[in-house]
Amino acid sequence: MFILAEMKNVTRIPPELFNLHLNDAIAGELNNKLANKVVLNVGLCIALYDIVSLQESFIIPGDGASHTRVNFRFIVFRPFIEEILTGKIRSCSQEGVHVTLGFFEDILIPPTALQHPSKFNETEQAWVWEYDTGDGSKHDLFMDSGEIIRFRVIAENFTETCPAGPTNIQESSEGNENKVPYTLTGSINEPGLGLLTWWDN
Amino acid sequence: MEIVTNNCAALSNYEVLKHLQVIKDSKRKHKGQLATITYETLRYLENTPVGEQTSDSIRECMKSLSAFNLNKTELLMIINSPPITALEIQLIVEDSEERLSEDQVQQILVILANHFPHIVKEQSDNDNEEAPE
Repeated sequence: MFILAEMKNVTRIPPELFNLHLNDAIAGELNNKLANKVVLNVGLCIALYDIVSLQESFIIPGDGASHTRVNFRFIVFRPFIEEILTGKIRSCSQEGVHVTLGFFEDILIPPTALQHPSKFNETEQAWVWEYDTGDGSKHDLFMDSGEIIRFRVIAENFTETCPAGPTNIQESSEGNENKVPYTLTGSINEPGLGLLTWWDN
Repeated sequence: MEIVTNNCAALSNYEVLKHLQVIKDSKRKHKGQLATITYETLRYLENTPVGEQTSDSIRECMKSLSAFNLNKTELLMIINSPPITALEIQLIVEDSEERLSEDQVQQILVILANHFPHIVKEQSDNDNEEAPE
């Protein structure tokens, strides 16, 4: 579920950080810049893994800071398609089951990818798997929030969330609030997937 | 900023856990987003069986599993979330019915239980907790 991504950047070290060792200062700046951010088509950045190479630093006229070209590797959360992950149910809604991993929350299991047959229980606000016990009767298995769930990743989606341009700030700022940069789609319609308690025995 | 390679290597959860622990325990105080994401990710990883693995146990386990002709991503998933039932192996390994015999599946489960004894223990702990209900 985690990968390493190699990136390069020109890192600006402001003068107040000149007391630090250059590597530490650069590591700090890179972590400030990327930690807990989604990079388009790369994934959710977690933390700096290592610095691969540093080139000479230079100073630009009119700016007291030093600029250093750096190649580095970052730990990125990016599960591959078909990977099996375990998370917790955050909530259920008509759109499906929302799952969280704690550090990553934008996972949705749509109704079509739930165990068959499932239906949404309005009063409990939970999805229910109507498990056929084989003798004609049904056993309702509820998917309550907080339960541990195992699912397969079947799709990922990156959305560009650029800052709004000056012309139509009002319209797009509303639209931007709902934009999620990186979402995963999960599926549990296979034996073994779903709530861990379903498969205990 | 430029992306050189957007996937130069896959990391096991164990490696990520160790790396984040080093960041968390370093003397420099981290603030802001880095502190948030390391805290949340550590909390997630520590609740998985990965928390009690060691690099030796993983290495030995990989050696024993090399006989089964599993591919890299399958091995990675097996190490990240060691299966305890045959059903879980079926999920992880594609076409497992054709590629693995029932005996082989049992062998894999035994190997995993030997190298990561805590996964079996955790399971029985859970059972005990649930029994009174």
